[in-house]
Amino acid sequence: MFDAFLLRAALAGLGTGLAAGLLGCFVVWRRMAYFGDATAHAAILGVALSLVTNLPIFAGVLVMALVMGLALDRLDSRGHEVNTALGVLAHSALALGLVAVALLPGRQVNLDLYLFGDVLTVGWGDIAVIWGGAAVVIGLLWWFWSRLLASTLTPDLAHAAGFDPRRDQRLLTLAIACVVAVAIKVVGALLIAALLIMPAAAARGLSRTPEAMAILSMTIAGIAAVAGLWMAVWLDTPVGPSIVCVAAGIYLLSHLATGR
Amino acid sequence: MTLISAEGLRVRQGGQIVLRDVNLTIEPGEIVTIVGPNGSGKSTLLRALIGAVRPEAGRVVRSRGLKIGYVPQSLKIDTTLPLTVRRFLDLPMRVSDALAEAALDEAGVAHVAQKQLAELSGGQFQRVLLARAIIGKPDILMLDEPTQGLDQPAQAAFYKQIEALRDELGCAVLMVSHELHVVMSASDRVICLNGHICCEGTPEVVRAAPAWRELFGTGTQGALALYRHDHDHDHDHDHDHHHGHDHAQGHAHSDATLESTGQ
Repeated sequence: MFDAFLLRAALAGLGTGLAAGLLGCFVVWRRMAYFGDATAHAAILGVALSLVTNLPIFAGVLVMALVMGLALDRLDSRGHEVNTALGVLAHSALALGLVAVALLPGRQVNLDLYLFGDVLTVGWGDIAVIWGGAAVVIGLLWWFWSRLLASTLTPDLAHAAGFDPRRDQRLLTLAIACVVAVAIKVVGALLIAALLIMPAAAARGLSRTPEAMAILSMTIAGIAAVAGLWMAVWLDTPVGPSIVCVAAGIYLLSHLATGR
Repeated sequence: MTLISAEGLRVRQGGQIVLRDVNLTIEPGEIVTIVGPNGSGKSTLLRALIGAVRPEAGRVVRSRGLKIGYVPQSLKIDTTLPLTVRRFLDLPMRVSDALAEAALDEAGVAHVAQKQLAELSGGQFQRVLLARAIIGKPDILMLDEPTQGLDQPAQAAFYKQIEALRDELGCAVLMVSHELHVVMSASDRVICLNGHICCEGTPEVVRAAPAWRELFGTGTQGALALYRHDHDHDHDHDHDHHHGHDHAQGHAHSDATLESTGQ
């Protein structure tokens, strides 16, 4: 029953889940949910870029997500009204991407694959990229864990201790771009932000330290990825949305159990 | 040996110059208080000294390897971030349990290590911030309105603790405050700030300075003048023999009377 393509799909989901679960904690703590969403929306523009230049999808998405993330960073550090700017940039990037893909000459592109993911078709090469990207994200966050936490609490504490919180912000921007690139084939551009936020939010009520929350969030994201895949096969539903449904269910249970 | 100094500091924020021509030096072991009305650039000055604000002109010079213990004005712990007091003390550098316990003890909150930050009272929270700031044995403690939201007895107790810490650690203390009546008695030196340094010196010198009286003695600052009156009054009772203060008290009285008739 457990065919090779299912094993690959499970591995892809698991790798994405672990990275998104960990990074999601910072997204929740720093209230970057909208930021994550905007970066993910830029992925469609990245898909268009990849199709035009014949680059791998991962590369195009990574580049565009990074460009979007750094642009948002810059707005933020200049003290612009970020919320509105995020909304404008996020949806401009999405719309522009959709138009660009439609304008591509000579081929019909099935956009659903990139909007909602298509994890059942991943190959071993994709798995390698996904786990490589996940390892980069988890490694970065692990290495800089303490200072990221400090600058998350308040940037001034980081300044006083002698390091630059803007660097930490750029580090997280890079990590988000990596997760977006990794997740595009698994849950698709529209649902990446859900994978960042839901597991971390579900873990919050059950944790007393940041580390406990991070580990729990990764676990929940991993479970959601595998259980969502199983549900999709069982009910014959799309995989990406199924994963997010399971994550939402776990969030609801956690919310009911802890009352927060 | 000067710990930290600012030379000709000018800071612009949102197109407005909030600090100009600021020169100051902090020597080891002294307690310096920056006072000034709202919007006078007090917090900005402190943040420029720790490097969180980039000056438009001038520079900040820190002695080599200077260790700063910083207590921010307010620290809103996001409720999405679970954090025990013990774990908080580990930021950004991990410390041993013994050090953490000693710091909490010195800051006057010995028993809260396992509590969540969000569960602490305002006073406990400020003391935990203080504990975190002193944990690395800083050369200078910088506190930005550390007693905000505390009632008067708690404020007085907090400043006593700061003085005791200075004596114990031998560190300099630079704090921002608007609690004039409490701060004036606890400082070696007072810097009166309103975009630029209006006057500075020992509390007695500053209190007698015309710039000080202009800022805190008249107009809309009446409430502050009354505070000062309270303080002088107490002071006078405590130290009847101290003739130097009688003069100042006389001024304060007239200011306060002026204010109460003016309102």
